Formats: sequence, C-alpha cells, structure tokens
Amino acid sequence: MIRLAIGLGITAVLVLVSLFVGVTDISPLDMLRGDFSAQQLQVIMASRIPRTSALVLAGSATAVAGLVMQMIVRNRFVEPSTAGTMESAALGLLTVTLLAPGWPVMAKMLVAALFALAGTALFLRILRMVPLRDVLLVPLVGIMLGGVIGAVSTFIAYRYGLMASLGAWSMGDFSGVLRGRYELLWIAGILAIAAYLAADRLTLAAMGRDFTTNLGLNYRTTVWLGLVIVSLVSAVVLVTIGTIPFLGLIVPNIVTMMIGDNLRRAVPWVAISGAGLVLACDILGRTLRAPYEIPISTMLGLIGSIAFLYLLLRKRHHAPA
Amino acid sequence: MIVLRNLHKTYGSHPSVDDVSLTIAERGVTSIIGPNGAGKSTLLSLVARLIDKDAGTVTIDGLNIDTTRSEVLAQRLSILRQDNHIASRLTVRDLVSFGRYPYSRGRLTAADQAKVAEAIGFLHLEDLAERFLDELSGGQRQRAHIAMVLCQDTDYLLLDEPLNNLDMKHARGMMQLIRRAADELGKTVVLVLHDINFASWYSDHIVAMRAGRVVHSGPCVDIMQAGVLSSIYDMDIRVQEIDGKRISLFYE
Repeated sequence: MIRLAIGLGITAVLVLVSLFVGVTDISPLDMLRGDFSAQQLQVIMASRIPRTSALVLAGSATAVAGLVMQMIVRNRFVEPSTAGTMESAALGLLTVTLLAPGWPVMAKMLVAALFALAGTALFLRILRMVPLRDVLLVPLVGIMLGGVIGAVSTFIAYRYGLMASLGAWSMGDFSGVLRGRYELLWIAGILAIAAYLAADRLTLAAMGRDFTTNLGLNYRTTVWLGLVIVSLVSAVVLVTIGTIPFLGLIVPNIVTMMIGDNLRRAVPWVAISGAGLVLACDILGRTLRAPYEIPISTMLGLIGSIAFLYLLLRKRHHAPA
Repeated sequence: MIVLRNLHKTYGSHPSVDDVSLTIAERGVTSIIGPNGAGKSTLLSLVARLIDKDAGTVTIDGLNIDTTRSEVLAQRLSILRQDNHIASRLTVRDLVSFGRYPYSRGRLTAADQAKVAEAIGFLHLEDLAERFLDELSGGQRQRAHIAMVLCQDTDYLLLDEPLNNLDMKHARGMMQLIRRAADELGKTVVLVLHDINFASWYSDHIVAMRAGRVVHSGPCVDIMQAGVLSSIYDMDIRVQEIDGKRISLFYE
C-alpha cells in the first residue's frame, strides 16, 4: 500500500512536470500566485491539460489492455500490437473512413473496435488450431497475422490515397492533442477501471478453462469480456493517439515479475506505471530537441525494444514458469 | 452420492467412455484404476462438467449437472486435473484463496479468510504461503493445489492422478492426506490412480475401467484378487496379504 502510494506520487510529479513543459513558458509558481496572462491560461486549458490527461489515460489503459491480453491468451509476450488487434482496428478505421467518412468519431471508433475484436478472435482461433509448444511462437504468429492484415490495409490505403492517415495511426503521437480532440480517451480510462473490477475473473481465466469451470465461472464469457476490453481500448487509442508500441508489453511484464499475476494487485500498478512511463517518454521527447518533438512511438519504440529484448533473453535463461 | 447413468463420450471413432453407469457412495476414498486409455480421466472430467458428454446423466446429491448452475455445483464438487500447470505468477495464498471464489466472488469475508488459513494449515503450507508458485518444487505446488480444492470446501473431491510426478515420499504423504481429508473432514474423494497398491492401501472402494467401460466396482478386497486384476490389466498379477492389506506383485 505504501509502495503504491510512492508510485502514485512519482506519477503525480510527472503529471505536474508534463503540464509545465512546452514552447510557451509557464511557471507553476506564477500559476499558484494567480500571475498569468489570458494567453497562458488558454494554453493550459486548451493544450497542456488535454495533453497530460491524454497521456495518463492512454498510457494506463494501453498498459492495462496489454495485461488483460496476456491473461486471456495465457502468454506473456502478447499485447494488442503483437496479436493483430491494432492492425485490425486500423483496417476497421480505414474501412469506415472510406465508406462512411461523415460518421462521427465515436461511430468510427466502434467500427474499429469491432474489427479489433474480430481480428483478436481470429488470433485466438489460430492459436487453438495450431497448438504451439514454444511461448515465443505465439507473439510471432500474432505479428504475422498483424502483418497480413496490415498489408491489406496498406493496399487499400495506397489505392485510395490514404497512406498518410494510415501512417498517422501507426505512429502514436500526442502533439496533436487539443481540447475537443482527446475526450474519447476517457472511455479507455473507464475500461481500465472495468478491468480492475473484473480482476478476479480475468486472473482465473488465465489459469485455463478447467480451472475456471471448476470454480463455477464461465470461461468463454470471461475471455470475451477481456477481448471486448482490449478491443475497445485499442480502438480508442488508435483513433485518438495512434499505436503506442511496446507499452502493453513491457509495463505488465515488469510489474507482474515483481508483484505477481493476481490482477487485483497488478492492475493498479500497471495503470500507474503505464501512465508514468508514457509521461516520462513524452516529457523527454518534448525537451530533447525543443522546440521540436520526438513522437512517443519513436521514444517507446527505442526504450521498448531494448526492454523487450531483455525480457526475451532473460526468459531464455530461466526456465519458463 | 454421485450417480452416473449410461454415460457416453466418443472422441473420433473410439468411445472413450462407453455406457458407464456407476454409483459412488458418500464419504470415503474411491479409486479408479485401469490401463492407459481406459477412460478414467475422461470419466472424472465428465462428472465435473469440464467436458461435455454425448449421452447419459450425472447427478450429484440429486443435482443434475446439466440443469444445475455451474456456481452451485462449484460449492458441491471440486476437481483437480493432472495437468494443473499454471503459468500465472501467484502466491500460494492467492491460489488457495481462489478456492473461495464460488462463495465470495473474490471479496473474501472473515469466514473465507479463516477457511483459507485452515486449508493452508491442513497442508502445512504456512511457511510457503507468501511464496510464488513458480518458486516451489513439484510436490509443494501439488500440495498448494490440493489446499485450493480443500478450501473450496466441497463434499466431493475429484483428483485426477494426484500422484503424478511425485516421488515415493511425497506420494505417500499425498495419500495419507487424502485419507485424512476423508476421515477427518468427511469428504468423498474420488481419484484416478495408476499405482494399484496405493489404491489398495488407502481406498475404501475401487472402480476398475477398461476400454471405456466399468468392468469391476466394489470394496478393495473384492477387486484386489489375482484373477480380477489380471483380467483388468491383461497380465499376470499375484496378490499377497501383508499386514492385513492386499498388495499386488506384477514385476515378472
């Protein structure tokens, strides 16, 4: 409990830093004294608070979605971007952009979520048909599936001149976040809370069908509940920010390595750490080359791939649990 | 009382469980024995609704498993499969606590906590309670799983090859524990065993299966006969009485 409070405190500090880093110079002390111009207030309200909220919501929800995914697939190396989920969501978004460009963003997001659900269900079906002995083959199958779906998307986008949009979706970037353009992310935050409320059921599902049935819980329903949470979070994040790579992989892995897989304990930690890592990467990305920005997907791609390699090699040395 | 009537299950073209009717009495230890592929584990999984049967009925204390809600059954009957390999990183206490899930849905009351402590104590796991399962030896992990199903506090306990991967000492410890669960806690334990001498030494009843059918069923002494065992396993088996227990010899 104390450790959780410390974690929360660190993330809170990052939130404050995130609010006061940027091109327009705004000092927290001036804000407290009430010594600020209308323009500064405008920047805070329209840009800084939305951006920081988006970072916290997207970071925590993406990390929690990764954890849920690992539980229902029963493999530590899957997350929405290594299971075809993200690519399916992008295909859905592309489809609805082409066929119904006038639809509100909420409707587009739901179409993307449906595609994500179908793509992830297909992934699970493939895993059932081809029982894999090696834990590392499972994410490889997911990445291949994602590659196939991504190729279809690229083909369509190329034919209809939507390559730029597709590129934007695959590269997570918070620089475009303004008031009125990120609010959908609150849904992702609510879904992360839903994952917490379903923590016991999801933990049980991770122990398999027999285990779950013995305790009187319907396995299929629970897996679908997890899939719906993962698909909706993926779609929301894709529509508002774009793909945030590796986050759903490294944060849950490091957290469960330390405190275990009981989701009632792990979900709060994963949410806080996910938000903290995204905030830190974003602050770095904004300050390293100020006034330019390094997109979050580049920052996390670098940090994440190194962390992923470490996890893989470590897994090779120790016997898989 | 568990009552099976005309139970059928076919995998591919071979019936795995073929027209099995059987009554398992309350209390005591019943062992299911038989050669590989006799359908023992399938039978156990059918009774515990883990796999769907093709035909027949199973009732547990009069509750038909087809029409009774799964969460109600989970308070009457628990099962531990042989391949209970859990990849999750859970502590022993976490695992045992999940035994209370049918009652508490994850919100443990003080009474639930007491049951958890009791089950941990019954298996002498106090020192290991906060350890992660993947840090334990096979025998310790097996005990943690047994503690979980005991914590589920059901009248009926189905164990599929609980001695799998245990050495002699731990196997004996496990059987003594199963005996204690039956005698001290009043459980009805049904288990699949490969070692017929363990079955003979520790059970009250033996059910013998062969090719999907129940070929013999009765008190230990009736089954532990040279002729009966030889016909079940299709090999010469001698039976000797030692300290009032019947022991089979089949090594040559």
